[in-house]
Amino acid sequence: MSEDQIKNLEAQFEARIERDEKIEPKDWMPEKYRKTHIRQISQHAHSEIVGMLPEGNWITRAPSLRRKVALLAKVQDEAGHGLYLYSACETLGVSRDELYEQLHTGKAKYSSIFNYPALTWADMGAIGWLVDGAAIINQVPLCNTSFGPYARAMIRVCKEESFHQRQGFEIMLKLANGTPEQKEMAQDALNRWWWPSLMMLGPTDDKSVHTAQSMKWKLKRKTNDELRQQFIDQTVPQADVLGLTIPDPDLKWNKDRKSYDFGAIDWEEFLQVVKGHGPMNKERMKARVGAWERGKWVRDAAMAYAEKKQARKEKQAV
Amino acid sequence: MKNENLYNYILGIADNSLILGQRLGELTGHGPNLETDIACTNISLDLFGQVRSYFQYASKIAGDGRSEDDIAMLRKERDYKNVLLVEQPNTNFAYTIARQFLFDAYHLVFLRELQKSSDLTLAAIANKCIKEVSYHERFSSDWVRRLGDGTEESKSKMQEAIADLWVYTDELFHQTEADKAMVAEGIGIDVIKLKEEYYNYVAGVLEESTLEVPDIKYFQKGGKQGIHTEHLGYILVELQYMQRAYPNMEW
Repeated sequence: MSEDQIKNLEAQFEARIERDEKIEPKDWMPEKYRKTHIRQISQHAHSEIVGMLPEGNWITRAPSLRRKVALLAKVQDEAGHGLYLYSACETLGVSRDELYEQLHTGKAKYSSIFNYPALTWADMGAIGWLVDGAAIINQVPLCNTSFGPYARAMIRVCKEESFHQRQGFEIMLKLANGTPEQKEMAQDALNRWWWPSLMMLGPTDDKSVHTAQSMKWKLKRKTNDELRQQFIDQTVPQADVLGLTIPDPDLKWNKDRKSYDFGAIDWEEFLQVVKGHGPMNKERMKARVGAWERGKWVRDAAMAYAEKKQARKEKQAV
Repeated sequence: MKNENLYNYILGIADNSLILGQRLGELTGHGPNLETDIACTNISLDLFGQVRSYFQYASKIAGDGRSEDDIAMLRKERDYKNVLLVEQPNTNFAYTIARQFLFDAYHLVFLRELQKSSDLTLAAIANKCIKEVSYHERFSSDWVRRLGDGTEESKSKMQEAIADLWVYTDELFHQTEADKAMVAEGIGIDVIKLKEEYYNYVAGVLEESTLEVPDIKYFQKGGKQGIHTEHLGYILVELQYMQRAYPNMEW
């Protein structure tokens, strides 16, 4: 293909996105579009899978049968999200095994929030309320993103996430209205998860590397700072309902902006966690890699069995 | 308690699901692949759903203000009535599958009969559960076949797990005093009558899986009388942690 022909294809491609048409796996796409989508969708899939760990860790200790059932269902949903996000990614010509390899070798990233530990039952509330809350803000705009399989996956993901978010808030509400000990547990969880949740929405706009290109491809509809502001404005009144205090002395309603002003985020901490120095980075990777390695003989057996079955079928057909 | 036999009978059924569900819950996020992870989590979820139905009923029968959670989480170790099989650990995926299959095959025939119970609540619960359990059994028997007839390594692991867990199968067909009383009233199931069908079916699946039926004559027992293996105490530590550490609170 000549350079002119490629330029022409690219122009047509950008025009399709401009017209809000969906790009499907078999359509022509620029290599950079393909790579960017593999990066973002797999990062999202990895986040779902690693995100199962802090909550999975509380399944055996959930305080009531009702909560245990809800937590199991939630973590199962996350595995399901991982499954269809990996599938969406596979339509771009990369295998799930390759994507795992990238996760296990540290080449691919996942949401840094899961490198914080889930220490008490209240963390199950805080994760649902804040982490899923921030995730929804990030993800709702993606229901209209340009790549068809991703957009469709996100519609389902968002429905389930918003259910999880309400469930998390409900856990917090119960604690906040419970005994002083329970209320203290809820406040402590909010203290620990608040700032990491704000960081979850990504670096500030002036530091964000991918924003401009992602905006063009509708992989992003709002900037990180806009999303963060939206999250804060939405969450502060919810904390008021709970009677809990947001751990930010600089948090203040700004009449002119009709938004909350907030204190400085510790981006050094964020950077360190991204680099692998968070409290749970090593532990999370050890759990994922360990499960994968321990499971190798199982996957090999399934493959060998499928081949034997196929061979027997062919023999019968002859 | 007026209906003590019925209460104990329900606990005998529900504790199996409770402890097996708890064991499966340990695995979430750590499975050999995403699909088995989802399946094991889902089976655990089903089992806890069943536990809730049974304990809500047991709570009504007890009539002493104890809730489903009190019954599930605030008994002492000797008061749990599950069979020893379900408390055995997730030594590796072969053990998880062997435990699941050996229990599911029993659970399925048991529920089929329980649907005919003269106790309409139990019959209704059995009717709801059997749909889930037939899926569990399909999952676990399929995996016994895959691992048995997979690679040399998987075959030896699967064979070892079946051989180790086989000693816990006979107990499934033991009857407690409460069981006998409930059978006499037409509420309970005479499990002794299910034994032959069970072993025939299990042997069939093992044969298809190119695995041997263990030749074991001496079996372990005691779970139904509350005499467990050392594993149960640790399971209860996690199961009861919140209720013990923060008593009399709502969650």
